Amino acid sequence: MSIISTNGLVKIYDEKTFPIYATNDISLSFEKGEFSAIVGPSGCGKTTLLNLLGGLETPTSGEIVIDNNIITKLKSSELIDFRLHNIGFVFQAYNLIPVLSAKENVEFIMHLQNYSKSERNNRVEELLLSVGLKDKMNKRPSELSGGEQQRVAVARALASKPKFILADEPTANLDSKSTSDLLDIMQSLNEKENMTFIFSTHDSRVMERARRLVSLDDGKVVNDEKIG
Amino acid sequence: MIFSIAWKNVWRNKLRSSIVIASMVIGLIGGIFYLAFAKGMAQQQVNSAIHSEISNIQIHNPEFLINNEISFTINNADEKVKKIKTINGVKEAACRITSAAMASSAITGTGIFVNGIDYKEEEKVTNISTLLVSGTYFNVRYKNPIVVGEKLAEKLKVKIGSKIVITIQNIEGEIAYSAFRIAGIYKTHNSNYDLMNVFVTQQDLTNIIGINPNSATEIAVLLNHNLLTRSVSKEIKKLFSKEISQKFLVVRTWEDISPVLKMLNEMTIQYSMIFVIIILVALSFGIINTMLMAIMERVREIGMLMAIGMSKVKVFFMITLETVFLSITGGVLGLSISWILVEIMGISGIDLSSIADGLNSMGYSSYVYPELDLIYYGLIGLLVVVTAIFASIMPARKALKFNPAQAVRHDA
Repeated sequence: MSIISTNGLVKIYDEKTFPIYATNDISLSFEKGEFSAIVGPSGCGKTTLLNLLGGLETPTSGEIVIDNNIITKLKSSELIDFRLHNIGFVFQAYNLIPVLSAKENVEFIMHLQNYSKSERNNRVEELLLSVGLKDKMNKRPSELSGGEQQRVAVARALASKPKFILADEPTANLDSKSTSDLLDIMQSLNEKENMTFIFSTHDSRVMERARRLVSLDDGKVVNDEKIG
Repeated sequence: MIFSIAWKNVWRNKLRSSIVIASMVIGLIGGIFYLAFAKGMAQQQVNSAIHSEISNIQIHNPEFLINNEISFTINNADEKVKKIKTINGVKEAACRITSAAMASSAITGTGIFVNGIDYKEEEKVTNISTLLVSGTYFNVRYKNPIVVGEKLAEKLKVKIGSKIVITIQNIEGEIAYSAFRIAGIYKTHNSNYDLMNVFVTQQDLTNIIGINPNSATEIAVLLNHNLLTRSVSKEIKKLFSKEISQKFLVVRTWEDISPVLKMLNEMTIQYSMIFVIIILVALSFGIINTMLMAIMERVREIGMLMAIGMSKVKVFFMITLETVFLSITGGVLGLSISWILVEIMGISGIDLSSIADGLNSMGYSSYVYPELDLIYYGLIGLLVVVTAIFASIMPARKALKFNPAQAVRHDA
């Protein structure tokens, strides 16, 4: 069953002066439980496509349907609420809140969703255990390595019980060991909990693990292949 | 949790926040101390006027206020004083005979007001007896003793024991005069009052002007507290409603008698509050600048918050809360230090004797005891919070304009 589908998705920057087609008529669909990567050279439109799927940007034309909701028709405030309850984000630069501990960073999104304190505590501990950071739950981001910070970011993305996770170049700042550990965790979550992951990446280590590669060039899908 | 993040964010850059807090503390100390100084000065002027000159309430024959002639007296003044003393809140009351006159020494003469008093009763109402710089308060064996102000003594070039002649119009409209010997010289905080007012015994004055000894031109009423002025004034008016309606009596509070004093008192406080507001407005620019810097340093973090689903209202609230926390920290410290300073200076006083002549000529004391009611601290505290909320609007609006997709990839 398709969890995300796009239909004729076009995003043009500087439309009136010097139009740049970041995405050009992209029609794709992603199934529940996919472990997919959007790949391609720099500037091909990977991040733009991911931002469109995440409702962080609005397309110039075309439609995005997530779990039967046409998000391109949602108002700004409705879109924010939709993101909160349906989409998990993992960013290249981790983007944790530096004044909060690992536990508080993961807990914060659940707080926005108005979960009770006991629900928050149980889930946060469970998530930090699953990413191997239970013993470091009270550490602040500055006391964690890059790989550990990204694992906290994954736990944060999962905390809101999203329908899928969008990860924009999640391994770009990590060494091989941290990348491998992070991908192991994500793969495990994908296999055990059927969590859908969609990456934008040009990291071969991520591509090796992905079960579907969507290749973009100049904003167009040039190849879409399922692996294994 | 937003409260916790906002509070922790305040201390993210300790040096920067400390500088803003220090500037708030210094600004508030300056503003509050100025306010307390001005309030203390104005209050002392009012207290001095009430205790040395006009009392809280005065009662006259309304015609006396128009013509200033001693024929317009209050009948059965002693009886009225006894009745007034029974009213709750009245500390003391005394009657006087007041008349314009001419005082002459061997060297010169000047226009004055002669106050004929029962000095034992007057002592309970006014504090002239405690303000003597030389001589005694009628405690002499002279015939016709008189107590004069220091400024008048200087002008007439007289001293204790000197003789002066008082020329006055008697009840029949004829000029009468009598010699008085100086028993005491007083000095209030108002040099103009000292120049214009002399005190003689009621008996001596009635002998010269020939009015009924049971009459007076003025009844002065001193209250337990100035705040009771209006309520006691109403009671007195009720007590003598018949004579008031027949226009034989008029009851006036110190605010009616000296509207300039009331106006100056209120204006001083209003001007001082405007000064405090100007300080807070100036401080708000520092707060805006600091918060803008803090926001621009956290573009990625704010972008992330918006991306994961934090509503604009909550982002706005978080930034406002940070600004309010920063300002409240400075505000609480500033108000506390100011309160301690005002309390200490309120006890020790500030000596301005180097400019005493100028201050006294305007009715101000040369020793100022700053004072400020707690309500003003509350009001300024509230203004600090309002300033913080206003100061947070620009940084918060700036944050809301971030595009989360671009902000999460912003270079730190």
